[in-house]
Amino acid sequence: MDIHEYQAKELLAGFGVAIPRGGVAYSPEQAVYRASEIGGSRWAVKAQIHSGARGKAGGIKVCTSEDEVRQAAKALLGKRLVTHQTGPEGRVVHRLYVEAAVPIERELYLGFVLDRKSERVMIVAHRHGGVEIEEIAQKEPDTIIRSVVEPAVGMTAFQAREIAFSLGLEGGLLSRATTTLLGCYRAFRDLDATMVEINPLVVTQDAQLLALDAKMTFDDNALFRRPNVSELRDYAEEDPRESQAAEYGINYVALDGEIGCIVNGAGLAMSTMDLIKHAGYSPANFLDVGGGASPEKVTNAFRLVLADPKVEAILVNIFAGINRCDWVAQGVVSAVKELKPQVPLVVRLAGTNVEEGRRILKESGLALVTADTLTEAAERVVAALEAAGTRTAKTGNGKS
Amino acid sequence: MSILINEKTRIIIQGFTGDKGTFHGREMIAYGTNLVGGVTPGKGGQKHLDRPVFNTVRDAVRETGAEASLVFVPAGFCADSIMEAADAGIRLICAITDGIPAQDMMMVKRYLWRYPKERRSTLVGPNCAGIISPDKAMLGIMPGHIYKAGSVGLVTRSGTLGYEAASQMKDLGIGVSTSVGIGGDPINGSSFVDHLRLFEEDPGTDAVMIIGEIGGPQEAEAAKFFRDHMKKPVVGYVAGLSAPKGRRMGHAGAIIRAFGESAAEKVEIMREAGMTVASSPAELGATVATVLGSRSKRVVVTT
Repeated sequence: MDIHEYQAKELLAGFGVAIPRGGVAYSPEQAVYRASEIGGSRWAVKAQIHSGARGKAGGIKVCTSEDEVRQAAKALLGKRLVTHQTGPEGRVVHRLYVEAAVPIERELYLGFVLDRKSERVMIVAHRHGGVEIEEIAQKEPDTIIRSVVEPAVGMTAFQAREIAFSLGLEGGLLSRATTTLLGCYRAFRDLDATMVEINPLVVTQDAQLLALDAKMTFDDNALFRRPNVSELRDYAEEDPRESQAAEYGINYVALDGEIGCIVNGAGLAMSTMDLIKHAGYSPANFLDVGGGASPEKVTNAFRLVLADPKVEAILVNIFAGINRCDWVAQGVVSAVKELKPQVPLVVRLAGTNVEEGRRILKESGLALVTADTLTEAAERVVAALEAAGTRTAKTGNGKS
Repeated sequence: MSILINEKTRIIIQGFTGDKGTFHGREMIAYGTNLVGGVTPGKGGQKHLDRPVFNTVRDAVRETGAEASLVFVPAGFCADSIMEAADAGIRLICAITDGIPAQDMMMVKRYLWRYPKERRSTLVGPNCAGIISPDKAMLGIMPGHIYKAGSVGLVTRSGTLGYEAASQMKDLGIGVSTSVGIGGDPINGSSFVDHLRLFEEDPGTDAVMIIGEIGGPQEAEAAKFFRDHMKKPVVGYVAGLSAPKGRRMGHAGAIIRAFGESAAEKVEIMREAGMTVASSPAELGATVATVLGSRSKRVVVTT
C-alpha cells in the first residue's frame, strides 16, 4: 500500500526525522491559511498524488505571496497530473500540501528497501539527490552507498555514521544525519514498511538536514497489525474495480487488452495472460479467484470482468486443486444466467471433479465453448473473438 | 527415489484440527502419507483423524519421532509456529499459509540460522502448494491424482502452474520424482537453487523443470547454479511475459521492481546459462519430453 507525501512525512517526523513546516489543504482558502500559519515569505504548494516526478509534471509550485498560493492551489486542485509513473490516464489532484520553501545547499538521496537477494533491509544512499536512483544505478552504479541491516540487532549507530560520512555530512550535521537514518529504520521496522525513500534529503543554508520529499510503501500482508497505517489508505488513488475486487477477496489488476481472464492461482493467471499475448491478442486483466472459489466468488469475478467495456471475449481457466471444478461450473452457469454476457465465453476446466464440472456446463445448454487443454483454450478464445467481430489477429505482439 | 519426503517420512500437521488441517490431513492419509499426528495448542491428548493431537511440536516430536511438518497456522501466527517446529528439531517444515508479513519471514530466516548446519531445518514455502513424491507421500494441498511417479524433478513458485506442468507431463507419459512448491512470497524459506542441488544428487531424478515468475533474483541464481554445478538437464519456464512493471500480480513477490526481474530478462538469463526454456505455458510437458528424448538419444550414441 502506498501513502501520500504528507502522510509519510508526518509518520517519519514521529520517529525523529526533521521536515520543513507544512500542512495539508483541500481548498485554496485552506492553502492560504496554511501558508499564513507556516509564516515566512516562500512556500511550495505540492499536489498530493501517489506518484513521483510530480515537479516535472507541473504538480509543485513555489509561491512568494498568499495570492500566489491561492492561484497555485486553484490551478492544481482537480487537475489531472500525468507522470511516467501514473500512466497516460494520470491522477486527479484532490489534496495539496503547503510547505515552507527552504534555501537548499545540497541535495542527497536516501532509501530503505526490502532487499530480496540478502532478504534483509538495505539502506541505499547517494551524494546526489533529486534524480531517480534507477538512473544513477544505470549510469554510475559504483557511486551508490549500500548497507545491509542485521535483523536480529537492527540498524547500528556505526552504520549510520559510516553512511553519513560517505554522504559528506560532518560536524554539526553528523548527529542530525544519524538521527534521521536511525529514525527512518525504526519507522520501516515498526510500521512494516517495504520501502522508505527520502529524495531529496536536503542540507539547508542554515545547516539543517530536512526531508524535502518522502515516500513510503507498506507490506499489504502486515496491515492487519498496523491500524494507524491502514487508515491512511486513499481509495481515490486506486482503480475502483481493484478496490471492488479486494472486497470480493479476488486479486484483480486492470490491463488494457480485449480478452477478459478468470483464473485460479497467480502463476496460472499470469501464464494465461502470456498465452493470449502469444496468440496475438492482449489480456484485459489479471484475475486470480484464489483457492476455495465458491459459485458466488466466480459470479463476482464475472461482474468485475464484464464491468470493463473493452472486454470482447472471456477466457475462464481453472486447474482445481483445493478448488472443485463442479463448484466453478455452477458459478459459471449462474453468472451467465444472471449477468447475460454479450461476449463469447470459453471455459477450460481441469483437476479435481473435472468430469462433474464438464457435465454441469454441458447440461446447462448455455452458449459457451469448452476446452480441455491450455492450447485448446487459447485457440478457441481467439477463434470466438474473430468469429464474433471483424477482428483478425494483430501482428507485432505475437510469437516472439 | 525422491527428495525431501518418501513413504517412510513421519509427518505432523500444525493447525491439525482446523478446517484446512482436517481436510488436507484426510487427503494426505488417503494418498498413503505417513501422517503420525498433529499439533493444536490446547487440544493435546485428543484424537483427530485417528491420530494423536499434541499441545506443542516438542511433545509431538518426542512421542512420534516426527521429522516433517505441514503448517496451516493463520498468517499472523505462522512465523511463530515455523520457529517452534525448527526449535523442536523438525527437519523439514512446509508452510502453506499465504499472507505472512515479509518482516516476519526475515526474522524466521534469521532464526533458522541459529542452529548448526547438521540440525538446521529446511523450510519450504510459505504461500505454496507443498511437496509431493508421487505414489509415496504428499505434504501439501495438491490434487495427488494428477502426478505420475517418475524421474523428473519439479520446482515451482506457483501452485496451479505446477499442477499444469505435472498434468501435461502425465498426458505424455512422463512422471515426477518429487515436486516442490517454493511459493510466491518475496522472502521464502528455500529457493530454486536449494532444490536443484538436491535433485542433482538424487539418483532417481534424470532431469528437472523449474517454473518461475516475475520478481526477485532466484530464477537468475538458479540459472547460474545450473551453469556452474549441474550435469542433469534443466527445463525452465517463467510466467508473466505480459505483466506490466510495478504492478503486483497476485503473489506478494510477483512484482517487477528492479533490473533483471522481468520475465523476458529471466528467460534470457536462463537461455544464456544453457537451459531449455518452454516458450508457452501450453508447452511445459512437450519441452520436458524433447529434452528427455534428446538426452536418451545422446546416451544411445555414446554407448
